[in-house]
Amino acid sequence: MDSLARSQRGEKLAQVVMWSSAALVSAVFLWMLSDLVTNGLGRVSWEFLTSSPSDSGRAGGIGPIVVSTLLIVSVAMVVAIPIGVGTAVYLAEFTSTESLLGRLVRRSLDVLAGVPSIVFGLFGSAFFCKTLGLGFSILSGGLTLACMVLPILIRSVEVGFREIPDHYRLSAAALGLSRTSTLLHLLLPAAAPGLAVGLVLGIGRAAAETAALIFTSGYVDRTPESVLDSGRALSVHIFDLSMNVPGGTPNAYAAALVLLGLLLLINGAASGLAHRWLGRNIATL
Amino acid sequence: MSSEHPTEGNEALFEAENLTLVYGDTPAFEGVSLSIPAGEITALVGPSGCGKTSFLMSLNRLSDLVPNCRVTGSLRLGGQDILSSEVDLIALRRRVGMIFQKPNAFPFSIRKNLTFPLQEHGVRDRDKLATLVEASLRDVGLWDEIKDRLDAPALSLSGGQQQRLCLARALALKPEVLLLDEPCSALDPLSSGVVEDLIVSLRGRYTIVIVTHNLAQARRVADQVAVFWVQGGAGRLIESGSVGQVFEDPQDELTRSYVTGQRG
Repeated sequence: MDSLARSQRGEKLAQVVMWSSAALVSAVFLWMLSDLVTNGLGRVSWEFLTSSPSDSGRAGGIGPIVVSTLLIVSVAMVVAIPIGVGTAVYLAEFTSTESLLGRLVRRSLDVLAGVPSIVFGLFGSAFFCKTLGLGFSILSGGLTLACMVLPILIRSVEVGFREIPDHYRLSAAALGLSRTSTLLHLLLPAAAPGLAVGLVLGIGRAAAETAALIFTSGYVDRTPESVLDSGRALSVHIFDLSMNVPGGTPNAYAAALVLLGLLLLINGAASGLAHRWLGRNIATL
Repeated sequence: MSSEHPTEGNEALFEAENLTLVYGDTPAFEGVSLSIPAGEITALVGPSGCGKTSFLMSLNRLSDLVPNCRVTGSLRLGGQDILSSEVDLIALRRRVGMIFQKPNAFPFSIRKNLTFPLQEHGVRDRDKLATLVEASLRDVGLWDEIKDRLDAPALSLSGGQQQRLCLARALALKPEVLLLDEPCSALDPLSSGVVEDLIVSLRGRYTIVIVTHNLAQARRVADQVAVFWVQGGAGRLIESGSVGQVFEDPQDELTRSYVTGQRG
């Protein structure tokens, strides 16, 4: 009975530890959220979301900045998704985990995933802006972000493919289905949650990126007319307002709240899509 | 016994000679020579790990999908060498269908499970697809159970129903041969009985090769029996013949003790 009581006490302690760490994490998030809401919500309005900034951003809204952000993220995703899914399919379906090429690609991706974003910014500035002559532009920023999110995207899509039970592939082959149609009609839909997770992580990282964008898409806070124009991303705007513009803090809060809302929206949309495609929650993966 | 099962007169459809399959350096089975007669049910029996399933997977070259798997020796289907690298695997697998141990319906609707492979094999006409769906579901006795919910997810069916759907999916492609890898072992007794009766009802229309651990089942359904055993670290064929001969008058001592339940 004594050992039973002791193990029950141990169980209780473990529960308390786990519960309090979970509570701590939630508390930090809630604190940040409430800080943003109390300081920023009063300024967020339709007017704020659509009008141009004035007085270096102390007054006015963030309309052009939202447009630039969405454009930069779109460019990044349009470029990253095909390359990412293609590479992931190659890694998961056409190379074994031990093959030399597979190991090389995976190792490179892991290294790339750990590279600080400022390094991507310098690379993008040197390669896209100067060597390719794209200048400070939304295109340069988007391409730089694409390079940055590719490792995350590829690895999560690859995991999505590896999680598909082998019996799908075996039974498809036993029915005389070609590899291509098995891939397109069976494996790709089954890997959709992995793709959604990769997209959420990728878009989240891209939309919140500052350092890589300062050197590539620039500071200009006008509404861009094409992807070859310079455009200021939300995160760059927040950085600028809070660091370089005295009195810019209130609008920085409001812009940060908008950015957070945008990320939550993307997250919800992606998990909703995955749920619809497969009837499963991302969280259950 | 042998009077109710035809044992002679059917030509060999598959002919394996000195067939060996290795995974890397580990042989799964070695030196297997076996004729599988057309239109009959051949049961492969033996203890676990004796290469029965590997043998089955070499008959439709599904073993190609396993990394580092190599098959040597000679294997003919209707006289044609099917180990050659020039064999059209898609055509081979359409001719030789397979059902697995666990039901493996695709995560589509019931209807799409049946139409998707047909469409991939070039059947596009809607009316023809509908006719084939109904015919193959009737073949496996599922039509009356599910005709009103063909658009429901296949994975919402019970295990036994899913296994019959997989069988219907294979039959819809009009194969000559059906390979069955312990098709009843993952099912409850009732569903297992239904699937077993179904297999018996297909006798004569298809050449059937069934792997089973269940000796009583082999005795009930099969015309021919091949007994596999692990000897010297690899699976070997120790005896084959008609079901009457193998069960009533086994030539090999191991077979005798296996079929009488003393070993295995």
